[in-house]
Amino acid sequence: MLDPVSLPEKPPILEMRGISKSFGAVKALSDVSFTVKEGEIHALVGENGAGKSTLMKVLSGVYPHGSYEGSILFDGEERHFRDINDSEKLGIIIIHQELALIPLMSIAENIFLAKAPSKYGVIDRDERYRLTKQLLAKVGLTEAPETLITNLGVGKQQLVEIAKALSKEVRLLILDEPTASLNETDSAALLELLKEFRRNGITSIMISHKLNEITEVADRITVLRDGRTVGTLDCHEGTVDEDEIVRRMVDRDLESRYPARTPKIGEVIFEVENWSVYHPLHASRQVVKNVSMKVRAGEVVGISGLMGAGRTEFAMSVFGRTYGRDITGTVKIHGKEVDTSDVHRAIKAGLAYVTEDRKHLGLILAEDIRKNISLAHLGGVSNRGVIDDIQEMKVAQEFRTRMRIRSHTVYQETGKLSGGNQQKVVLSKWLFTGPDILILDEPTRGIDVGAKYEIYSIINELADAGKAVIVISSEMPELIGTCDRIMVMHEGEFVGEVAGEQATQENIMRAIMRRKGR
Amino acid sequence: MTTPQEAITAPKLATSFWKDNLRDYGMLISLVVIVIFFQFATGGILLKPLNVTNIVLQNSYIVIMALGMLMVIVTGHIDLSVGSVAGFIGGLAGLLMVRWGFDFASSIVICLVVGGLIGAIQGYFVAYFKIPSFIVTLAGMLVFRGFMIAILGSQAIGPFPPIFQKLSSGYVVELISSDGGVYLTSFILGLLLAAALVWQNFRSRARRISHGVESEPMGFFIGKNIVVLAAIGYVAYLISSHRGMPNVLIIMAVLVAAYGFFTNRTIIGRQIYAVGGNARAAELSGIKTTRLVFWTFVNMGVLAALGGLVVAARLNSATPKAGSGFELDVIAACFIGGASAYGGVGKVTGAVIGAFLMGVMNNGMSILGIGIDYQQVIKGLVLLGAVCVDVYNQRR
Repeated sequence: MLDPVSLPEKPPILEMRGISKSFGAVKALSDVSFTVKEGEIHALVGENGAGKSTLMKVLSGVYPHGSYEGSILFDGEERHFRDINDSEKLGIIIIHQELALIPLMSIAENIFLAKAPSKYGVIDRDERYRLTKQLLAKVGLTEAPETLITNLGVGKQQLVEIAKALSKEVRLLILDEPTASLNETDSAALLELLKEFRRNGITSIMISHKLNEITEVADRITVLRDGRTVGTLDCHEGTVDEDEIVRRMVDRDLESRYPARTPKIGEVIFEVENWSVYHPLHASRQVVKNVSMKVRAGEVVGISGLMGAGRTEFAMSVFGRTYGRDITGTVKIHGKEVDTSDVHRAIKAGLAYVTEDRKHLGLILAEDIRKNISLAHLGGVSNRGVIDDIQEMKVAQEFRTRMRIRSHTVYQETGKLSGGNQQKVVLSKWLFTGPDILILDEPTRGIDVGAKYEIYSIINELADAGKAVIVISSEMPELIGTCDRIMVMHEGEFVGEVAGEQATQENIMRAIMRRKGR
Repeated sequence: MTTPQEAITAPKLATSFWKDNLRDYGMLISLVVIVIFFQFATGGILLKPLNVTNIVLQNSYIVIMALGMLMVIVTGHIDLSVGSVAGFIGGLAGLLMVRWGFDFASSIVICLVVGGLIGAIQGYFVAYFKIPSFIVTLAGMLVFRGFMIAILGSQAIGPFPPIFQKLSSGYVVELISSDGGVYLTSFILGLLLAAALVWQNFRSRARRISHGVESEPMGFFIGKNIVVLAAIGYVAYLISSHRGMPNVLIIMAVLVAAYGFFTNRTIIGRQIYAVGGNARAAELSGIKTTRLVFWTFVNMGVLAALGGLVVAARLNSATPKAGSGFELDVIAACFIGGASAYGGVGKVTGAVIGAFLMGVMNNGMSILGIGIDYQQVIKGLVLLGAVCVDVYNQRR
């Protein structure tokens, strides 16, 4: 349980007042206020897209002063950070979710990458070694400073990141989902470390989805929802339990955000049986563990889970074995076993996979809308291997109208479209292949509310047309709002299944937590 | 709920058409400007019939190899070995025809097949072994230069049988007797080519209009076709006033047309651009990226072999020096012609124009008596400048 920490009346170390930040037409933060007291562990929670990371980027100067509204007070003084160096000078250190270490350099080299101890401009290796040893001891690592990063596990890499932060004069440590990719033991060690820091007077902000961890270490919790502050809970006043937090995170007003649909569910048309996948680099690590699923025609099935649960890995391995190795299991479409061993065959079998990373994996950004739409099914716009440019353009225009892609013409570069319109182009590409089964991976990531609604409508239309639709999403309200059934994945397994009408964020979260507790 | 207002459709104006297409025509305009400049600077020597024929002969193999290089570059790779491969194949041709007495036809087939095999080996390492093409072909450059010197024993082999020489130094057989200076058959061939191009342009425009697809403004279209007709007609006239149409020009024209069609209109051509544009996205769209990269290298090998044969035929001997430095001219031609070093962008017409731009500069500067030293300096600066302009245009 909570450490009994007495916090005397000190002025807050950080105060963010009325922060608003927009990206084009999308409002990521509106009038957010956020106060952190000296010496506390302050948790920042909220769904994906609630604005947590954006808020931290405003704080650390990634978004410079002037690009947002509102004011930041650190140590009671108003600050105008121009970049991340400005905030680091004051001891505000952020550790991002994606680790920023250079794999083929040693621990010592990574920690002192920007500013190594030196004599006359030459790196003083002995001093660096000594300092690194000290820092590693503080985070509880016994590795030799010359160990290469690539030889460390993710948990230890995370600790090296923290050691790196400690090498600077840290006063406020920000950790963005520090335990997302760690196992139980590593997570526990990291949380212990945070408590230790608290005893040493370091203030921390921790962004996390893992509510059990938050209730364990946090002094106060601020909840964000849709770019607004919902409130701050004090863990020392009364009892704060997970349900309480989840209730605050949940948006009660779901109905208007999701178009209504009356499901017309038919036969099972898509089956995956005993599907196992191993990590492409670490051959012994099983990423997907012998899972099975069935989807019916006209059904929308959601796959929920935390980051790293194996959802994308599962989908991509099914779709032409584009992820992993030593893949075993069978895929059946319309009751018949099909070969999906490469993308070409998977498409032929009637599968389509809309990637979570449209910019890197979904689109050719330098090409126009037309060429992107026809890409996966060039046979459909050509005659004996020769592309019929007029046919191709007509197909593109059809999709542009049907999907309401906003552009001057179909000859517009996709790189210059907004996120929502880009996503519609990717969807068009896959619809043009005429699939029976669509797997949509984070279909609304990074797009605005209006475009989200349109994407949900398209999902509904596809289901009504008798297709089987699988939606992978980290946003639970989205799954609850669109799916007929939600399967919960955790550490490569399906650990629960909730029917659409009974689904709530609480019971999905509980399915995950129950597993974590074991 | 607010839906953001985006991209209000605006009517397309003729001026915006110009802006959009300036990049495509920019290179052509540069070529014309350079031709005019040297025409004046050399006191009219540049466009003398003899010199025009020379420019074509001197650059034919660069153009041929640039077609293959363009596709390699479009997939995001590079081939540094083409000069060595061309030289090696020239040596092989010498060995086959001069030393071992093979006949013309089978020698050519063997040479092209060997070129394809060389491309296949390099392509295998690049595509399936995932070794950077820069390294694989740098190795190839050394290996095949070495092999060439080994098989030639560092001396020239020649002369080739007359029929092989015709590949480069032969001219189209004149069917109509013409003693009045102009080789009529050649001239008519040239005019037919120009007419075919213009007819093709008209047909595709008519087709677009009948389907209600917007196309370039009428005035612009007619102007463009008149320019095409006049330019090709004029060049054909010049060439026909010398000795007629060189055989190699016909080979080149056919290849340019074929590769232009292939890259623009076929599924495989489109897929090559997709691989260069975003290899992962292409792969996830069902395109067999590895296989395509492999075949672009095979194709490059065959075209490098053809280039080597043309050079050998032109020199009428296989010499150990042949082909050295070609790779740089060929790569420069592609980049001057607008290909992107990052892959995914580049046109056949661009590469051809790039090759001739370099060729005209080489030729013009030689006539002006500029030493080989400063020629290199100027060519280097033109390459850098052309790519800078391109990058600047894209950033806007």
